[in-house]
Amino acid sequence: MGIHMKQKLIVAVLICIGITVFSSCKDSNVISIGVNAELTGSIPVAGKSCVNAAKMAAAEINDQGGIAVDGKTMRVEILAEDNEDKAESAAAVAQKFVSKGVVAMIGPNASRNAVPAAIVAESNKLIMISPWSTIPKLTEKKKYIYRSCFTDDFQGVVVSSFIYKKLKARRAAVLFDITSEYNKGIAEVFKAEFIKAGGAVTAFESYSTGDKDFSAQLSKIKASRADVLFLPNYYNEVPLQIQQARQQGLKGMIVGSDSWGSEEILTLGKDIMNGLYFTTHYAPDMATEKAKKFIADYEAKYGAKPDDVAALTYDAFGMLFESVKKAKSRNPENVLAELSKLSNFPGVTGTMKFSSGSGSPVKSAVVIQIRDNAFKYYDTVNP
Amino acid sequence: MIVQQALNALQLGSIYALIALGYSMVYGVLRLINFAHGDIFMIGSYAALFLAVYLNMPIALILPLAFCAVGLLGVTIERLAYRPLRTAPRASAVITALGVGLFLETITLAVVGPEPKKFPALIDLNIITIGAFTATNIQIIIIAVSIALMTALDRLIAKTKTGMAMRALSWDKTYAPLFGINVDKIISFTFAIGAGLAAVAGIFVGLAYPIIDPYMGIIVGWKAFVSAVIGGIGNVKGAVVGGFLLGAVEILSAAFLPSTYKDMIVFGLLLIILLFRPSGLFGVPVQKKV
Repeated sequence: MGIHMKQKLIVAVLICIGITVFSSCKDSNVISIGVNAELTGSIPVAGKSCVNAAKMAAAEINDQGGIAVDGKTMRVEILAEDNEDKAESAAAVAQKFVSKGVVAMIGPNASRNAVPAAIVAESNKLIMISPWSTIPKLTEKKKYIYRSCFTDDFQGVVVSSFIYKKLKARRAAVLFDITSEYNKGIAEVFKAEFIKAGGAVTAFESYSTGDKDFSAQLSKIKASRADVLFLPNYYNEVPLQIQQARQQGLKGMIVGSDSWGSEEILTLGKDIMNGLYFTTHYAPDMATEKAKKFIADYEAKYGAKPDDVAALTYDAFGMLFESVKKAKSRNPENVLAELSKLSNFPGVTGTMKFSSGSGSPVKSAVVIQIRDNAFKYYDTVNP
Repeated sequence: MIVQQALNALQLGSIYALIALGYSMVYGVLRLINFAHGDIFMIGSYAALFLAVYLNMPIALILPLAFCAVGLLGVTIERLAYRPLRTAPRASAVITALGVGLFLETITLAVVGPEPKKFPALIDLNIITIGAFTATNIQIIIIAVSIALMTALDRLIAKTKTGMAMRALSWDKTYAPLFGINVDKIISFTFAIGAGLAAVAGIFVGLAYPIIDPYMGIIVGWKAFVSAVIGGIGNVKGAVVGGFLLGAVEILSAAFLPSTYKDMIVFGLLLIILLFRPSGLFGVPVQKKV
């Protein structure tokens, strides 16, 4: 390579860098927010809901004229990127948002993507709010990472208090997938909490993902004379477990967790699901004013009922907008200061507050009862 | 509790035994491990689902129809995929079998989609309770029909001319044709019976565990293969004993130990048995003459 060639190359590189720097310069009149969503891959429905809710939240705030920051009123701009439901793409998208200088990043949704994206966000001081990732370690020892959903640990506590206080049961059994982190985590927290409350866990049985025969474990559970069976497992396996439990002669109540929350469970289970309860983030027929308005607006805009990802994304934006309004600034450090002391924020999925430096909100959970082959709001459980 | 677990073990064991028979019989006549067998079992489940949902047939018609249809599929697979390779090296045939299995899986995925399907309740469930012991009519039907089919197969192999030809072929495939045995016909017949029994197992799995998906044949296929090997592959009685043994070991280990140990114990048992009896419980050691 000749000396001229080299010089030309250096000039070209400098021009490229210049263009990148200029284009990533903040537009003086918008508040940019990145959305890191699973638009392709195994859960495209979740990604789509996330982007839909993001666009709706931004449109609402823009219709009100925007947010007053740095002495000007600015509009909100959504930059949505597909993370392909892959850990490395989720991290790459986070990196892209860092270089674009967004105020904050909403997403990713699945824990497998949120955890790697959080590492990039934390080291680059980018505020991240995950709508849907419930894995406890996501926000542990992190300053910039938040979420709008509750954690798996909290859900174990909620199920325990629901079974103990509402169902007034004192003997509970658990059957859970020991090879899946989510199921195992909830099961263990539930066991500890239920015993602490004064109940007895009469059987604590496990299986491995993909098993179809649970007869041995269910026979043991039946022999332990449990009043209630807790199944913190995924919707595609739960109907099999319930059917076999009934065949083994288990007649008591069966309770589940948010992994039941897909309508598919009704198709697979039909009438054996009737009357059972599970805990989750939000119910489509929740009665609060805020939830009613959100559900009606979403249905009008997209022609479908919002799922929990949509509701949680909407709440993530709500918390972010609230913090920007209070900070009156686009500077991430100022926004973060407000977000970390947010209290009694009224969201669609309940009232949230952040305390003691944790990015996981203290919020309520919802209990859903399955009736007439549909999910019906039953109760709200407060922490 | 023990009686209850014994019943659970019998139900699971019957299903493993029915599938293991197919592995063992095919190996007997062809010295081929038909790795597509688990997927043939899956096709049996979907065939029954189709007959029940779209043609509204009762179980009494579904069982024989699915048996014949899937038996025919077994014959077709042998004719198209394995017969041209009969003189090829053993490895080519085994790889072809794996390919046929993948083909069946992907074609099911393409036709019905990856999401699990609800298997219709073909038999009205009756729960029989005696004290602390509970049985269902489905469990009893599965165990009874399986045992009846196995007995019929045993009679067929022991008493009929076709059965004798099958035994002769598995004894020595070089000399069997010299005694007037039509090798192609016997091999086709063996595939038909093996695939038909797998279809029955597929229907039973649908009845007992009524959520089916295109990947259901993989794990069950492996387990049935292990049953056949434990019993001594190529031996029909061995396949049945291996199936029931495996069912019992699985249920008992899940009943008394954390279930993560279950598969470890199952495959550990395979290793131990093969260590002491390399040709399985009922297998005859092969003596090679030089």
